[in-house]
Amino acid sequence: MRVLVAMSGGVDSSVAAARMVDAGHDVTGVHLALAPKQSTGRGCCTLDDARDARRVADILGIPYYVWDFSTEFTERVVADFLSEYADGRTPNPCLRCNEHIKFAALLEKALALDFDAVATGHYARIEMQDGQARLLRAVDETKDQSYVLGVLTQRQLRHALFPLGADRKEAIRDEAERRGLMVARKPDSHDICFIPDGDTARFVTDRIGVRRGSVVDAVTGQVLGEHAGAHAFTIGQRRGLGVPSPDGAPRYVVDIDVETQRVRVGPPEMLDVHVIKANRATWTGTPLGAQPRDVIAQMRAHGEPIAAQASFDGVTVDVHLRTPIRGLAAGQQVVLYDGDQVVGSATVDITERAA
Amino acid sequence: MERVYADHAATTPMLPAAREAWLTQSAAVGNPSSLHASGRATRRVLEESRERIAGALGVRPSAVIFTSGGTESDNLAVKGLFWSRSETRAERVGVLASAIEHHAVLDPVQWLADHEQAKVRWLSVDEIGRIHLDSLAEVLQEDAANTALCTVMWANNEVGTVQPVAAIAQLCHAAGVPFHTDAVQALGQVDLGPLTGPAAPDAVTITSHKIGGPFGIGALLADPALALSPLLHGGGQERDVRSGTFDAAAAAGFAVAVEHAVAHQKQHATELVGLRDALIAGIGERIPGAVINGDLSDRLPGNVHVSFPGCEGDALLMLLDAAGIDCSTGSACTAGVPEPSHVLLAMGVGEQDARSSLRLSFGRTSGMDDVTRILQALPSAVERAQRAGSVRGR
Repeated sequence: MRVLVAMSGGVDSSVAAARMVDAGHDVTGVHLALAPKQSTGRGCCTLDDARDARRVADILGIPYYVWDFSTEFTERVVADFLSEYADGRTPNPCLRCNEHIKFAALLEKALALDFDAVATGHYARIEMQDGQARLLRAVDETKDQSYVLGVLTQRQLRHALFPLGADRKEAIRDEAERRGLMVARKPDSHDICFIPDGDTARFVTDRIGVRRGSVVDAVTGQVLGEHAGAHAFTIGQRRGLGVPSPDGAPRYVVDIDVETQRVRVGPPEMLDVHVIKANRATWTGTPLGAQPRDVIAQMRAHGEPIAAQASFDGVTVDVHLRTPIRGLAAGQQVVLYDGDQVVGSATVDITERAA
Repeated sequence: MERVYADHAATTPMLPAAREAWLTQSAAVGNPSSLHASGRATRRVLEESRERIAGALGVRPSAVIFTSGGTESDNLAVKGLFWSRSETRAERVGVLASAIEHHAVLDPVQWLADHEQAKVRWLSVDEIGRIHLDSLAEVLQEDAANTALCTVMWANNEVGTVQPVAAIAQLCHAAGVPFHTDAVQALGQVDLGPLTGPAAPDAVTITSHKIGGPFGIGALLADPALALSPLLHGGGQERDVRSGTFDAAAAAGFAVAVEHAVAHQKQHATELVGLRDALIAGIGERIPGAVINGDLSDRLPGNVHVSFPGCEGDALLMLLDAAGIDCSTGSACTAGVPEPSHVLLAMGVGEQDARSSLRLSFGRTSGMDDVTRILQALPSAVERAQRAGSVRGR
């Protein structure tokens, strides 16, 4: 097969590339330039990372190129991220990057250039069964990335390869060392790649501006304080509210109203969500139907899987959780599993407490 | 199968004779600044290399300032002239530069604007990349007294357009403004003529590895009468303009390459024009819609620069690379990200078309086989890259 490996310059995609070479594929490495201007420092698309990817490609003896997807990335991922925050929602940009860049813009370009598949260093597995590609959780549950890949469709999965899904992270590092790849001990990246200093609130404020509003007690309606923008808050947030608790009991952001820029805070019980209405549904195979079906729902990248019943009316995915989730924000993705297999995903629109 | 090397404008194989001279001298010991016999022997090689280069190019040996290469020579000319001329007259901070200069000129000029209060006038070009002589004349008439320098490259590294250097030199001289030209691509390909006299530039950048000499050495040709502030301060080598212990072995190889380039220029150009025009004609026949950029007549003999609308240059480059052909999308840049070329943008090409370009450049080791193989590989590569381009356009 002709395989294009997306090489970030990290240990995972480096070993993924090496394994593709070992498997006898005709491998080409591509580093995606995503930030509008290449910068230095942390983050996933710095010059250092591009250089690391190049050095790994040298060692593997594969052609290596840098492809510029910064326009697509800015339009499809960063702009979406900002508008979601501006709407009081909490987006996951990594998932959007997989959806629109790695397995869309990059994959389509690769296919047009006669590649058969795009391989990445994601921790997830793909199994073929009766001609259908099944997306499964990784063996290493601490590294499992099936959640951020949950937006992929059958067509995308058929052209995707995840060579690391059956192994544990430590084994991958050891393998990188054995192979003489100097990225073997490079630290994992955790931050959002286009916010290298990790200060999401400031990144958003710098771009959408200060939007003053008040912090209000969700129970009494009393105004407790002021803030410079509701986008700096996330549902379920406890720290940094800027208002003292009169009775010393912990309080959490329970609601964000962007129309009035009002942030409501309340006791933890108010965060419990039993019912999720989600849209922008994607399916790895056959969509769910109107008849509720037993599934496992996961709402965060490393969040707890929760048993649920889900149905789909063609527009909205209805998820009834068997046990409530605490602090779910609109904009988060709910990924639905059947056992270890991803069924589909949708973006949380409305959350409800039990009737 | 052997690869087709069609990127001679990036660098070209060393001439065997240059390599021989370079290797021979590399075995000798001696710092050219030392006063003992070994030092004198090295010094002799360095000075004889300087004389040979001067002789080949029709300048005085004292006009040859050795540098580390084209980038340093350009920086020395631009900053050196700006500093010396603004020092003697504080208001003299004007810089005239063409908009299509190589980054080795473009960036120092911009740096002077950003850090040293230079007032830059970027000279625009027409759709084939030639500067407008009448607007240069106008600008010079307006404010020659406050203009520190004018810099216009002899031939453009991307699209191959050759500038009317003699006419520019005459305009600048009439206005009393020193004129620098980057002749890195021109040397060995076009007739530079005598580099002295009223129609010659005051400072000329040349570099060794583009003409079959070793890497890491170039020169700025500038008469000692032209005041240049140094970039590097130290031991006072190169008549105090460029300090640093000099590499006599590299100079020896460079001298052989310059002599060869000048002696064989006419014949070399004729051969290259044959290859170039065969490739241009072949592209025209096989690939409808392809656009040759730059001046079709006053053009570097080895340069083919072509846009394939709807393609992405980076995809084309990858496909040709896989087909065994080395070429370029234009000028190489940071982290390998192809930016739309500032040269094409200055020529009025749209950003999309600017991204759809390839540069194929021939040199001493090129032959008609190379043209044939490029023409074999190109149509299917273009077709596939167009598919990839249309996917992204969605």
